[in-house]
Amino acid sequence: MNAESSVRVEEKLFYNRYLVDVGHPHIKVRAHMKPSPQLLALLKACPARCYELNDKGQVEVTVDGCMECGTCRIIGEPSGDIEWSYPRGGYGVLFKFG
Amino acid sequence: MIEERFDAIVVGAGMAGNAAALTMAKHGMKVLQLERGEYSGSKNVQGAILYADMLQKLVPDFRDHAPLERHLVEQRFWIMDDRSHVGLHYRSEDFNEELPNRYTVIRAQFDKWLSSKVREAGATVLCETTVTELVENGFGKIIGVRTDRRDGEIGADVVVLAEGVNGLLGTRAKLRERPKPNKVALAVKEMHFLPRETIEARFNLRGDEGVVIEAAGTISRGMTGMGFVYANKECISLGIGCLVADFQRTAEAPYRLLDRFKRHPSLAPLIDGSEVKEYSAHLIPEGGYKEIPRLYGDGWVVVGDAAQLNNAIHREGSNLAMTSGRIAAEAICQLKSRGVPMTAKYLALYKKTLDRSFVIKDLKKYKDMPRLMHTNSQNFFLTYPQLVSKAMQNYVRVDGTPKAEKEKLTMRSFVNARSWTGLLGDAFRIARAWR
Repeated sequence: MNAESSVRVEEKLFYNRYLVDVGHPHIKVRAHMKPSPQLLALLKACPARCYELNDKGQVEVTVDGCMECGTCRIIGEPSGDIEWSYPRGGYGVLFKFG
Repeated sequence: MIEERFDAIVVGAGMAGNAAALTMAKHGMKVLQLERGEYSGSKNVQGAILYADMLQKLVPDFRDHAPLERHLVEQRFWIMDDRSHVGLHYRSEDFNEELPNRYTVIRAQFDKWLSSKVREAGATVLCETTVTELVENGFGKIIGVRTDRRDGEIGADVVVLAEGVNGLLGTRAKLRERPKPNKVALAVKEMHFLPRETIEARFNLRGDEGVVIEAAGTISRGMTGMGFVYANKECISLGIGCLVADFQRTAEAPYRLLDRFKRHPSLAPLIDGSEVKEYSAHLIPEGGYKEIPRLYGDGWVVVGDAAQLNNAIHREGSNLAMTSGRIAAEAICQLKSRGVPMTAKYLALYKKTLDRSFVIKDLKKYKDMPRLMHTNSQNFFLTYPQLVSKAMQNYVRVDGTPKAEKEKLTMRSFVNARSWTGLLGDAFRIARAWR
């Protein structure tokens, strides 16, 4: 994970339209001390790079750029590492082309 | 508590949901369709190719109104290594026909149009509404839904689950399992805009002719996956997808894969100077026949991607979605007119009809392919593409080496990489899974 790749994803997400449901994130990471292999996999697998390590080495999610693909749900929900719901109606990513 | 009843509730407004809602509304049923997006299409992502035959069954004169991009006259398959591609191209004037067979479309726009047909047919379409839960009557029968929009329940005789590959309702209600990481692919995609004439010149197209490129090889870094390039009127859809389990295993970032694909010397000139206007991501069901869940039960049916109905080998999904949505709806209409309850016993008609259609027959034909592709991904997506590229280069490069010696060299590179038993075994395994 280098600076170059992080910049590029953020730039990509700028093309998209979002209606962020402030204060109601649709994905939650279970509190943990040391991240599980599933959580660590999300740092790379999430196509919007929503998952990041904080300075305590824990995995955090910021859903503002989420494209609602569900990859993290497939990887992280079975182990209980994350909780995944759809955003409330009308919120989230709004594809112009899809 | 708002008590409102419908003959049927359709959850989702993708291809399957729209097909189901349209079919039932046309039959005079009282239909409610719920969609969480701002409008039907705003959450939907596909390449996308539209198959005329299946849409014609829903909207016979769609060609006069639908927002279609280009009709396909050419299909290109590319086997890629890092610096080359070996191509199999099929182009035919036969595809310049009065009623073309396949079109490129832009899903958000197409779905919005198809949704207008659903409304015209008399269905109530409620957008910006996320269904949060299925309502069960205490005896295992689904009798309605709860949404985030209003208090209380909305009742219906039957709920059509067209909630997509990542549908939460069915798994939450334990009607089916959550897809496993090795049974779904994650695809990332960009929309590249260029002047119309530029696209036509670069892809060798006249007027509304279109072309598709499907690519496999070292672009997926040994993972089970494929890239695609679709020519639309004024933009190019391009993307790449691989199994989620492979992303998990290799720690390859999807956007880096996409960037490498775009920078490939075979692809870069096609999109040179383009303006990117969207970046999207979506899951694709890849498990095939063996992953199809239970398709119906008391008060519910599941259709489209939510039911894993996707033909990964032929890259067909939207037509399977449309067809399953229509067949489920027709079964429901038939039960309604017979006056029988929407129970598993009677809704079995949906599966019975689907089993006889191309949807299940095609998936059954390729039932062993997904596993084969996944367990041999290194060979099929890395080793062979490299060998084929080397062989082709050896064949075309003129350097004074006698041809017999060149052939021996090529043969030896294959045998060294895979051994005779490996080569024969691979050929046998593919033939068996394909037949």
